Amino acid sequence: MTLIDLANYDVVYRRPEALTNVQTHYCPGCTHGLIHRLIGEVIDELGIRENTICVAPVGCAVFAYNYFNVDGCEAPHGRAPAMATGIKRVMPDRVVFTYQGDGDLAAIGTNEIIHAAGRGEDLTVIFVNNANYGMTGGQMAPTTLVGQVTTSSPYGRDVELVGMPMRVAELISTIPGASYVVRRSVHNVANINKTKAAIKTAFQVQMAGLGLSMVEVLSSCPTNWHMTPDSALQWIEDAMIPVYPLGDYRVADAVEPLTKRRQPAHQQNGVTGG
Amino acid sequence: MARGTIVVETDRCKGCELCTTVCPQDVLVMSDSFNSRGYKPAVLVDPAGKCTGCGLCAVICPDAVLTVFRLPTVVKTGRASFAISQAVAA
Repeated sequence: MTLIDLANYDVVYRRPEALTNVQTHYCPGCTHGLIHRLIGEVIDELGIRENTICVAPVGCAVFAYNYFNVDGCEAPHGRAPAMATGIKRVMPDRVVFTYQGDGDLAAIGTNEIIHAAGRGEDLTVIFVNNANYGMTGGQMAPTTLVGQVTTSSPYGRDVELVGMPMRVAELISTIPGASYVVRRSVHNVANINKTKAAIKTAFQVQMAGLGLSMVEVLSSCPTNWHMTPDSALQWIEDAMIPVYPLGDYRVADAVEPLTKRRQPAHQQNGVTGG
Repeated sequence: MARGTIVVETDRCKGCELCTTVCPQDVLVMSDSFNSRGYKPAVLVDPAGKCTGCGLCAVICPDAVLTVFRLPTVVKTGRASFAISQAVAA
């Protein structure tokens, strides 16, 4: 094997500083790790690593405070927005974000997120929707798709019995206190980049004091879906996105300028392109 | 064509194979041997120097185990030497 002298190479990508140097406990191919990485990159780019507080949920991401190289604490199940509210009100100069799954935010903690949005708290909420309760073994969640087989819905989700999947981004977007509510996905590289841009905007919304910002991310769960990591990403595109359409559900007028793409340098300098 | 290379942090790779699905040059393959955690990690097999350092593998990697390098089109001189260990530890 030939060794390459890296002295002449530029570093195009390296692990963000906002992630700790440990191996996560997530299953191989689980996009929790990917979403952690995107948040880490955003924290690095905004230069807020020393000023950020993470509130971890209960669920697969219960050890999130071990993986982000920022201050963090662990909330009771579903109560991350309530705990984050307290932290943010005591230390309003800090950037506070919660990282919650669908069992945490959309089931036991539904009222916490609704009232945090209702109060218009300056928080950033990263909501990871993988259509089941991953940590406890893949049971049916409020976000489980109609007909989806889980360990607690072995014949598929029955609408007569448990109703339709809950669309959280649409729900929260009806609350005026939530100023930035979007749904993104991580099923391919283009959408991963869009997700990162949305997470960055969500943090900027908080830093500008514009109210609650939430990014719902459609995520894969290869282990409990009984798929390979690659086919799980394909299943997000084929099955989940038709039920959970991607898009911007609420972008308040004050948030609008933050969502604009940065202009190319020659336009910023007033030089017209050829 | 840009020239690049990657460094895989082998012991933290979980062998999910997602990087191999997005590599436009098909120079990422899964190793035949196990790492310390019992996974078969991704390795760069690039004898022809086809890697362009596009970084798609790093974008999709759920465990952030990839560091991506690219050769500048104009080779800079007098730069401080960049050790692999520094890149991996960062």
